[in-house]
Amino acid sequence: MLEIKNLHARIGDAEILKGVTLTIPDGEIHAIMGPNGAGKSTLSYVLSGREGYEVTKGEVIFNGENILEMEPEDRAAAGLFLAFQYPVELPGVGNANFLRTSLNAIRRKRGEEELDAVAFLKLARAAVRQLAMKEDFLKRNVNVGFSGGEKKRNEMLQMAILKPHLAILDETDSGLDIDALKIVAEGVNALRDEKFSALVITHYQRLLDHIVPDVVHVLAGGKIVRSGPASLALELEASGYAGLEVA
Amino acid sequence: MVALPTKKLEAWRYTDLRPLSAVTFGAPPAAAATPDLPDLPFPRFVFLNGVLNAALSSGFAYAKPFVPVEGQGTQPMALINADYAQDGINIEIPAGQDAGELLLISQSDGITPFAFHPRHRVKLGQGAKFALIELNQGEGTYWQNAVFEVEVAEGAKFQHFRLQEESVEAFNTTTIYADIEGQGSYEHFTLTLGARISRTEIEANLLGQNALAHLNAAQLLGGTQHGDFTTIIRHKAPNCPSRQTVKSVLAGKAHAVFQGKIEVDQIAQKTDGYQMSQALLLSPETEMDIKPELQIFADDVKCSHGATIGALDEEQVFYLRSRGIPEAEARQILIRAFLEEALEPVTHDASKALFEEVLESWWTKQ
Amino acid sequence: MSMTTEATIQELAAQKYKYGFTTDIEMEEFPKGLSTDIVRLISAKKGEPEWLLAWRLKAYEAWLKMEEPHWARVHHPPIDYQALYYYAAPAKAAPKSLDEVDPELLKTYEKLGIPLNERAALAGVAVDAVFDSVSVATTFRETLAKAGVIFCSISEAVKEHPELVRKYLGSVVPAGDNYFAALNSAVFSDGSFVFIPKGVKCPMELSTYFRINARNTGQFERTLIVAEEGASVSYLEGCTAPMRDENQLHAAVVELVAFDDAKIKYSTVQNWYPGDADGKGGIYNFVTKRGACRGRNSKISWTQVETGSAITWKYPSCILQGEGSVGEFYSVAVTNSHQQADTGTKMIHVGRNTTSTIISKGISAGKSNNTYRGLVKIMPGASGARNFTQCDSLLIGDQCGAHTVPYIENRNSSAKVEHEATTSKIAEDQLFYCRSRGLSEEDSVGLIVNGFCKDVLKELPMEFAVEAQKLLAVSLEGSVG
Repeated sequence: MLEIKNLHARIGDAEILKGVTLTIPDGEIHAIMGPNGAGKSTLSYVLSGREGYEVTKGEVIFNGENILEMEPEDRAAAGLFLAFQYPVELPGVGNANFLRTSLNAIRRKRGEEELDAVAFLKLARAAVRQLAMKEDFLKRNVNVGFSGGEKKRNEMLQMAILKPHLAILDETDSGLDIDALKIVAEGVNALRDEKFSALVITHYQRLLDHIVPDVVHVLAGGKIVRSGPASLALELEASGYAGLEVA
Repeated sequence: MVALPTKKLEAWRYTDLRPLSAVTFGAPPAAAATPDLPDLPFPRFVFLNGVLNAALSSGFAYAKPFVPVEGQGTQPMALINADYAQDGINIEIPAGQDAGELLLISQSDGITPFAFHPRHRVKLGQGAKFALIELNQGEGTYWQNAVFEVEVAEGAKFQHFRLQEESVEAFNTTTIYADIEGQGSYEHFTLTLGARISRTEIEANLLGQNALAHLNAAQLLGGTQHGDFTTIIRHKAPNCPSRQTVKSVLAGKAHAVFQGKIEVDQIAQKTDGYQMSQALLLSPETEMDIKPELQIFADDVKCSHGATIGALDEEQVFYLRSRGIPEAEARQILIRAFLEEALEPVTHDASKALFEEVLESWWTKQ
Repeated sequence: MSMTTEATIQELAAQKYKYGFTTDIEMEEFPKGLSTDIVRLISAKKGEPEWLLAWRLKAYEAWLKMEEPHWARVHHPPIDYQALYYYAAPAKAAPKSLDEVDPELLKTYEKLGIPLNERAALAGVAVDAVFDSVSVATTFRETLAKAGVIFCSISEAVKEHPELVRKYLGSVVPAGDNYFAALNSAVFSDGSFVFIPKGVKCPMELSTYFRINARNTGQFERTLIVAEEGASVSYLEGCTAPMRDENQLHAAVVELVAFDDAKIKYSTVQNWYPGDADGKGGIYNFVTKRGACRGRNSKISWTQVETGSAITWKYPSCILQGEGSVGEFYSVAVTNSHQQADTGTKMIHVGRNTTSTIISKGISAGKSNNTYRGLVKIMPGASGARNFTQCDSLLIGDQCGAHTVPYIENRNSSAKVEHEATTSKIAEDQLFYCRSRGLSEEDSVGLIVNGFCKDVLKELPMEFAVEAQKLLAVSLEGSVG
């Protein structure tokens, strides 16, 4: 369960989050929608522990632990996964090697046994097939020379292998064609169970046709200004975000 | 002795040899203990304190006795070597032979400072193949001033992999002259980890069509170490490719230098020259100086060089950490990835494993 | 290179330099050679204050002790500094207004396409014309004065604004900086002075045209531009000279000073006489140009199109002292026939978060040699400094040379430096494509070369960009088209 309580955060002198409060129980998928500049990406970076964002007030409790005090890698080990809006390229770092290093680092921290190369490859190949990706994906360098769609698929591959408790999808749908969008949705839906939860950040409603959320929140001006059922997304699509910031 | 070069010489503007000239070097002392030698299944020549140790060395079918210096070279360090050289390997691979690998090991123990000036010769006949793997290690203060004279005949292939892991109080200056005939190739990789001050200087002449020079290096330096990798590649025939990738990783107050000059003669049409020099600065007081130079007198050529200097990309570090990889490990992975391209010529498994191992241990020492 | 191209090269090698005429005008010249007496004579002729004479004499003393630099990739017979005239000026007294300017001179500038008559002048461009060693006319002075901008010859500035000149002269390029700068400091005769006071955006482009006319004369002009806090100015210099068989020396110094938030854009279209097809004659252009970004967020931008001169030795530089200051260098250098160019820049990063950009395009043709030489230096205090360098060479014909000599020195780990360089020839397939669409080989080359230089040409003020494009075509005419 993720509980965000009265979260305030800023970059430099600019206050971006002005008191975000939000609870995602296990097994639920919540969507955050909102206009550009509402603080959607800031929220995802604060949750995953990126430098440069200063939390000035509030707390974030994930499965009973205050994660704001934790290093990014410890948050990952705790089961948090951020699917990046713009995944970086890692020249010289092989995809398979990267994934195995990540998985084993997480397993080590959880006191689980590390996977050897054979066991890992079996796991990775299965995931690759499930996501309808070519097997040479594992041999390529992380995100190097990947198309926008391939980068997003790679994020889903990582998610499938690392099996987080909570996935944050930061505008994962931006720039994706409908096929890629479906892949992302399938990636999330495949993980759906009573322990997995997700926070889907998006500007458009269309991703939510494929990942049906339990709750939709509207983030505007650094605060959650409305929450409601999945139908709220359709409503927003029709009426737009105008007028929400003053609410 | 020929005077040591000073920074007033353009070719030495970034490497200050005053700490070297401040040391008084005596004659090499007799080696005390038998050193730990690597467990590699290759014939070997072992030099202890600059002197060939017959007991530790194995035979090699293509080795000839040392002969006194003939060609002197023009570099100041080579001139000094010419005055003092008394030993060195002398390899001649006959045409068409694949001579396999040879280990050239130099172990030094500078309890009292000493200097030695090995003069090595490597000559490959037409179509011959040979790989020389060099390990330079030691303790204390000493100065190894080596010269290699390399001749690669038509269609021959010489792979030269060097590990320079001298004592951090030692000095290593190495000058390599390589003449490469048509279709021949000289593939070089130096991994610089050791020495207080070191410089590897290579002059490669591409003398026939399709001759290749591939001169790569990685310099990983910390403390107050200074490492210099300087190359001149002369394209003296048409259709020759040359490749250079030099990577420097600097910690502490280390200072690294790369100077790479590509000269293209008027006759050398269709030259394809590529050079890339990149440096990662891991701590604030490091210094990196790069001078890539093109001198081109032919019009139908493709030459490029690139240089980048910067710190590790924090975006990349964060990405790795967000996938659960601890920070120190994340940085190590990125540094190792950064070095990858430089290791390209090391296609030889045993050598590659050797380099991987020392890279790993370098990292843990930082 | 195809046969027809080779033929075109031969055919056009004899192409005439368009600005090669001489002006017949009565001149006043001092005796040949250099001595303390000549330095005193120059100073006295210009009625200079004592401090300036002392400064000149000190520079002369320094020069005597210095050696001519030989590190550049240029070759020339020894220069006999005692065989030169160090001062030549139209004999008539300096004109007080444009109406008093010698009609022969006005004609000269008309011929060069630089009308000094304000009504006919390029709209919105104020011009200072320097003929041999002295300024002969400065236009639009009143308009500029209203805005508070001082734009006059440096001789006038010495008389009318001595405190400003004294404060800034030699503050960026000290008298003893290098051999040619020391020589210039001792004997400079004229040049332009620009002062933009605090907060003022100069209302029009400023421009100086330099013309060497007299025989055996060295031209040593000195330009000083100061932009106070928040001021901005765009300045352009152009240069031409007659065709003469002997080489002529031009050793100028340009100093720029920019304070907080000030911006100076300095553009040069250098078209000194390059010598004939056999390499006879032409200007030796040995110039020191340097700008100091002293203030926070100040910016100095050098743009140069170098097509003329037998020898060019010039490295417009920026010292980036102020936090967040910006240095830029955009250069096109074309060499043809026997021309030699050794040019580039120095970007010295001193302050935090300073950035510099270097875009250099070298084109070598004929039997020429073209060298880019540059330094990017990041000092230990320049945290967050950033440099990007792109340096491309194009070769036309197999008798020329293209050389690249960059120095990159980084002493700050938070700095980021990127350098890229390429050398290539004009691609046959590009040429063929253009020609198959009906363009002549010459026009095709012109088109491709202009494309190659686009990143630099777009930095030129509008009025001159077209001029520069034409100039590129003309310069390459002798080689291929």
